[in-house]
Amino acid sequence: MSVSSATEVVDPVPGAGAPHLPRQPDLIQLLTPEGQRVEHPEYAIDLDDQQLRDLYRDLVLVRRWDAEATALQRQGELGIWASLLGQEAAQVGAGRALEPGDHAFPTYREHGVAWTRGVDPLHVMSLFRGVDNGGWDPVATGFNLYTVVIGAQTLHATGYAMGLQRDSAETAVLAFLGDGATSQGEVNEAMIWAASFSAPVVFFCQNNQYAISVPLERQSRVPLYQRAAGFGFPGVRVDGNDVLAVLAVTRAALAAAREGQGPTFVEAFTYRMGAHTTSDDPTRYRLASELEEWKLRDPIARVKAYLSRSGSADQDFFDAVEAEADELAARIRRGTTEMPDPPGTAMFDQVYAEQTAHLAAQQAEFEAYQASFEGGHR
Amino acid sequence: MTETLTIGKALNLGLRKAMEDDAKVVLMGEDIGRLGGVFRITDGLQKDFGEDRVVDTPLAEAGILGTAVGLAMRGYRPVCEIQFDGFVFPAYNQIVTQVAKIHARSRGKLTMPVVIRIPFGGGIGAVEHHSESPEAYFAHTPGLKVVAVSNPVDAYWGIQQAIAHPDPIVFLEPKRRYWDKAEVDTAATPDPLFASRVVRGGDDVTVLAYGPMVKTALQAAEAAAEEGRSVEVVDLRTLSPLDLDPVVESVRRTGRCVVVHEAPVTLGLGAEIAARITEACFHSLEAPVLRVGGYDTPYPPSKLEEEYLPDLDRVLDAVDRAMGF
Ligand SMILES: Cc1ncc(C[n+]2csc(CCOP(=O)(O)OP(=O)(O)O)c2C)c(N)n1
Ligand SMILES: [Mg+2]
Repeated sequence: MSVSSATEVVDPVPGAGAPHLPRQPDLIQLLTPEGQRVEHPEYAIDLDDQQLRDLYRDLVLVRRWDAEATALQRQGELGIWASLLGQEAAQVGAGRALEPGDHAFPTYREHGVAWTRGVDPLHVMSLFRGVDNGGWDPVATGFNLYTVVIGAQTLHATGYAMGLQRDSAETAVLAFLGDGATSQGEVNEAMIWAASFSAPVVFFCQNNQYAISVPLERQSRVPLYQRAAGFGFPGVRVDGNDVLAVLAVTRAALAAAREGQGPTFVEAFTYRMGAHTTSDDPTRYRLASELEEWKLRDPIARVKAYLSRSGSADQDFFDAVEAEADELAARIRRGTTEMPDPPGTAMFDQVYAEQTAHLAAQQAEFEAYQASFEGGHR
Repeated sequence: MTETLTIGKALNLGLRKAMEDDAKVVLMGEDIGRLGGVFRITDGLQKDFGEDRVVDTPLAEAGILGTAVGLAMRGYRPVCEIQFDGFVFPAYNQIVTQVAKIHARSRGKLTMPVVIRIPFGGGIGAVEHHSESPEAYFAHTPGLKVVAVSNPVDAYWGIQQAIAHPDPIVFLEPKRRYWDKAEVDTAATPDPLFASRVVRGGDDVTVLAYGPMVKTALQAAEAAAEEGRSVEVVDLRTLSPLDLDPVVESVRRTGRCVVVHEAPVTLGLGAEIAARITEACFHSLEAPVLRVGGYDTPYPPSKLEEEYLPDLDRVLDAVDRAMGF
């Protein structure tokens, strides 16, 4: 895999670019926003109709899940929600590039990747409801718990990859991070380690143009994928709203990692169409026109257009996916609103692999104190 | 001039005043400019003072504190906002190994007038790392000063006093109380920054609190009064240095002392305070100094935070136990 050439340059985001930045290189794209299949000299993908329909289904279902979660937060059923709206293709494409034995290290926004790893959406909902810190099994799913502290997981991913390397395992690691995260010291250390040990890790950066309110140009004066060269491994920029291109590029990067060629940095160029989280108000820092421009690059509409035009799917299929999305949303709603609160003892019982006498005594004190209230609970 | 202000607005006005008074004051932090901070504490300041004085930084806390050190060496007075308590740790190295030691290392040739604003504590229903109480880490570090405000008056004056102070100060803001209101007289003479304050008189037990727990302690004192118990409440205000003279005076009278904080009990501020009170008031004590705090567990998911956080009942329970000796 090579660093894509920076000579053929077009700003892929008219109006959103910063004039002082070098002109933006072309994105790797296999499906245009209009739903046109295009070829790329380095990245080919050959999917049959069923596989294409499956990707479409993933995209629609994760978007519906996301919309339902936002609604549930508004209704007081979740403490907060970090929406993936607009980033479905980046997440589904990356997630579907993983082989079953690979391991992913998400941030807090990768619900679409969670989906592709077979994580029950309710295990993600329980985190945002404040019931636990994510109910899924990171070992069984190959999908680590979410990490809220920006960038910390990139080092974990690198260490995990070093472990795979020691074990001669033919699997790879996919480390997720945001554009803002690229400024953290720990992320830069992760890239140094990954390069130095030629670790089988792919850094998958969703450049959604913002870190809360802060636009990309405060984090980087060069396109993010170009950073990789300085660390000594390839960087590529892919249209993050093109699920086919993301899948092809991430597959190639993971394959290279598995073959011992070391890390790759994938910049998925995309856009956070919603607020940073349900606590955020993006009208304070960005123009509505920007969102309108990005709506023209919607990650789902282009797949639907392609499927329809190529005859790979008919109306019955689209209707069936809609119906499935409705069912999923209903299941998520029911499961979330009926989710029991955790018992107070859950605070204590897994702090250590070997419980200490001190904490056990504190837990007993806590239980006695709770029991002293009428009904055993305050 | 007297105005009714929330803690958040009082901080905002205090910052504004400090920036007007001293052109060397520079605000730095994530999302503090255009957005005005996630809690809007710096709302409108970038618009009025410009991007050079209210800096939206890259997403890197070590960078914020490390560059603040350099700016301070050039005579600036950096006021760093850490977005949430749990995100101060990437900057911890700079704070503990550099900010705290530079004055001593340079034998006073360099000063570090850096203010590190941290919204701290729980109770807002947040996800992980947004509800921490890291004060003991900083109070344990020689070279740093640590204050915690509990009300709009102290917020307004305290932030100005901290910015004007020559030493580095960790300035803890009680995030769940940001919206609490009080009258602030902006023409008054403020109390000194490094002084504790008796906020309610009483004779039976002395309850010590700071930051968000002051309100809880006052509510407990009110409830105790209904049962005929007279609880004195002290707002510690400064955690390093501690100002225990008024506390010692109080405990010598009441003979009983309860320390309240959200941070885990073990090796929290309460431990140091209990030791010092015991040394100073040994012959007056009728009961051991008791501590009410968070359990020795990671801060729990928000559905459990009510059980984790000290509340009125747990403070009253400790008051009862102190009276029972
Ligand atoms: C160490 C740390 N500092 C600050 C925060 C607060 N914070 C949460 S998300 C965020 C912005 C992240 O931006 P980016 O990396 O681009 O990811 P995105 O949210 O856009 O997916 C910030 C500053 C944090 N979680 N961790
Ligand atoms: Mg981002």
